[in-house]
Amino acid sequence: MLLQRFLIRLLTMLVTLFGVAVVVFVVIRIAPGDPIAMMLPPGATDADIARLRALYGLDKTIVEQFFIWLSGVVRGDFGTSISLRQDVLGLVFNRLPATLELAIVALVMAVALGGTTAILGARERGTAVEAGIDIASGAALSIPDFLWGLVLILLFGVLVPIFDISGRVSPQLDLPFVTQFYFFESLLRLRFDLTWDLLKHMLMPAVALALPLAAIISQLLKQSLKEVLDLDYVVLARVKGFSETQVILREALKNAALPTLTLVGVQFTFLIGGTVIVERLFSYEGLGNMAIDAVINRDLPLIQGIVLVFALLFVLINLTVDMMYALLNPRLRHG
Amino acid sequence: MDDARIIRRRLSPRLWLAGGWLLLALLAAIFAPLIAPQDPLAQDLMLERLPPFWLDGAEPGYWLGTDSLGRDLFSRLIFGGRIAFIVAFAAAIAACLVGSTLGLIAGYFGGWADRIISRIVDIWMAFPPVLFAILLVAVLGTGLSSVILAIAIIDWTRFCRVIRAEAMGQSRMDYVENARIAGYGRIGIMLREVLPNVLPSIVALLSLEMGIAVIVEAILSFVNLSISTDDPTWGGIIAEGRLSIHQAWWVLVFPLITLILTVLSFSQFGEALKARFDPVLR
Repeated sequence: MLLQRFLIRLLTMLVTLFGVAVVVFVVIRIAPGDPIAMMLPPGATDADIARLRALYGLDKTIVEQFFIWLSGVVRGDFGTSISLRQDVLGLVFNRLPATLELAIVALVMAVALGGTTAILGARERGTAVEAGIDIASGAALSIPDFLWGLVLILLFGVLVPIFDISGRVSPQLDLPFVTQFYFFESLLRLRFDLTWDLLKHMLMPAVALALPLAAIISQLLKQSLKEVLDLDYVVLARVKGFSETQVILREALKNAALPTLTLVGVQFTFLIGGTVIVERLFSYEGLGNMAIDAVINRDLPLIQGIVLVFALLFVLINLTVDMMYALLNPRLRHG
Repeated sequence: MDDARIIRRRLSPRLWLAGGWLLLALLAAIFAPLIAPQDPLAQDLMLERLPPFWLDGAEPGYWLGTDSLGRDLFSRLIFGGRIAFIVAFAAAIAACLVGSTLGLIAGYFGGWADRIISRIVDIWMAFPPVLFAILLVAVLGTGLSSVILAIAIIDWTRFCRVIRAEAMGQSRMDYVENARIAGYGRIGIMLREVLPNVLPSIVALLSLEMGIAVIVEAILSFVNLSISTDDPTWGGIIAEGRLSIHQAWWVLVFPLITLILTVLSFSQFGEALKARFDPVLR
């Protein structure tokens, strides 16, 4: 049952990825402007242009080009970036860790903030505390990450300048890292001086990304908790003499968390999508920032590679959440 | 009914505040040439980075100060509202027409139609939306119609997903079965019975989408990929403000407040309208 569900999901995932590859390929090929012409110095001969077109496979039909590109992608060859003249996969892997770190830190913040306010709101239901949480989460949800980023830049970059508003790490620092996961590696190496510097750069973009998600978690989890809190087994726990906080943490939370979990998966992909502009806003050297440069430079192979990696990330997250849901939901587990 | 009156009274201030701000901003945008105290494009290096009116060094006639080229911020903001509202209305309506139609078909007919539409939605959802928008505008070429088209191409899925789910729920209701027994055709039922019942959601989403379109346009202007003319846009002003943030904070603060109020108003207005039109709540 579980395996069958997994295989079906895996298959739809491949269909989705193939669809993304087709769409991005078609979109890019209708772009006006010849990338080859931009690569060559003025005065290049027609023979030069033709040679370069052949080198990038641009002299073949669009269907041929697609399958040449796709067979490369399947073998891990995403082509060569036109603007940076480097292997696309290498460039992407170099930048992806920075984006993943930012997204994971933001997710942890969102779960912590959303979870805490949900539990608090459910415990204090019907009071001014709950009303205050509702208003705060309503505002956090309606204002998108781009605007939160600008608000944070004004508050903590200019008004009270305690955090850095641009870059990933202070440039003068000597970095001992062997991976691109600077933040996680600094923790493992116990170099907390570097962790602090990285965090000072990461905190504001992470908060900007986390706030809308925290609001969704808070609203949904509070709703589920309030529903569960009226059920018999919870009432029984209360009769047994547990305090309201204990009742929520020990009895209600486990059963109320499931609907939230499903939603967090989809919302986490939205959060990762948000890194594109938030990284730009904070000049954070991640994948999204590189993607915008790639679009501006009309670097077709790089754009294709980045979009595909984002899509892969999204479908993998959805697959993981789906499987977790199936594992945790008793009805599906024994189905 | 007492209940309805309570709901209506509680919702009213929200509807009025949000609607009031939107109306004010819209009127300012429409009558921008009459209201603007200065030419929004006029540069004057003698007047660069003037602060807003309550600070020392402010000039009368430049209420919200000027940017680093000496252009009047207030005039630029109300002229920028023109682009924002055109994009909001055109892109949201286009996305709504495509998304709601496909959602209605997928949800009501089910079967193959649903499978194909849902698969396309899945593919669309695997794109990071901001990157998709930037890519589309880069491909279509900058300009107002490209921005509108890009937003519609990306955001129709928002309507499709919600309307599909609601239409699916409605089509299982007794009244749909009754209409079928009474001999109505399937398209007739879809348009006459199902559509009116999902309309409150469409209205709410439409208003929400207008706010999203305003943000996307601002993001595109921010990365300098929007309308490509000298006309001021809110995102363009924000991009200038981000650069001169330490010298002239007001160039960032005022467009930011304008954007936040507009986005909040669109979403609150939509929610309030939905509550008003919802047959269950009403």
